[in-house]
Amino acid sequence: MKRHLFAFLAGGLFGTGLYLSGMTNTQKVIGWLDFFGDWDPTLAFVLTGAIIPMAVAWSMTKARPVSLLGTPLPSKPATRIDPNLAVGSVLFGAGWGLAGLCPGPAMASVTWGGTGGALFLLSMIVGIVIAPPIRKALAARAPQ
Amino acid sequence: MIETDWLWGLGGGLMIGMAAVLFLLVNGRIMGASGLLGGLVDRSGWDNRWERVAFLVGLVAVPGLIVAFTSGSPSTHLISNLFAVAAAGLLVGIGTRLANGCTSGHGVCGISRFSMRSIVATIIYLVAGGIAVQLFKHGLGVM
Repeated sequence: MKRHLFAFLAGGLFGTGLYLSGMTNTQKVIGWLDFFGDWDPTLAFVLTGAIIPMAVAWSMTKARPVSLLGTPLPSKPATRIDPNLAVGSVLFGAGWGLAGLCPGPAMASVTWGGTGGALFLLSMIVGIVIAPPIRKALAARAPQ
Repeated sequence: MIETDWLWGLGGGLMIGMAAVLFLLVNGRIMGASGLLGGLVDRSGWDNRWERVAFLVGLVAVPGLIVAFTSGSPSTHLISNLFAVAAAGLLVGIGTRLANGCTSGHGVCGISRFSMRSIVATIIYLVAGGIAVQLFKHGLGVM
């Protein structure tokens, strides 16, 4: 129960931060990606603000890699740049640039995002459903 | 010159960071939006499904309630071409599952622990996003 309450609070704080920082406004995100146009640096402030507390938290976990509710913390993944990471990031970036929405803001803004917002979320879920076979095909091409 | 939007960005960013800290230090989980949703959709995270559901309910409901009970009437200013919206959603869904993370998982949680995979992923999706904006906004004019 405690676990679910804190998960709800973390989700709520995440969504509130996304809304207040302007990241649910697709034009701000597209403005950030528009390096050679009318560039909007807001997203750099958002990322900086988000990364600093997390960097402190990670360094605190070095001594004791267990959460307050007793869950072992996820270990750092091995440095392996495989085709899935590269191809996936290209596809994700292309979609992010096209609509200005990534998964967090897409969910946070769905209550006021209208038809377009709901359609984006729905197609994103379809994308999640059809990803596994593509993932397998790419993994088979990974250099051993 | 500092613009107001940048300060809102920094303040909102700190809230995003504190949310990730809370989820890591209390629940012991990585706050990655695509992974939390993806694990429910493809059932790969079924063993902790209610923790995921609770997070996602907070993510949707809390900003929704704030907007409903404040005077603001925000807009996502999303492009009006619904084919482009659907294509973008598909790309984001497939891409984040292949890459195992999005802006929150790789960009915030991964970079802050100096994960090379996350740093590489973030550089690639930023460059791809920049190229997409050049192509779709300045090239084809669909945005």
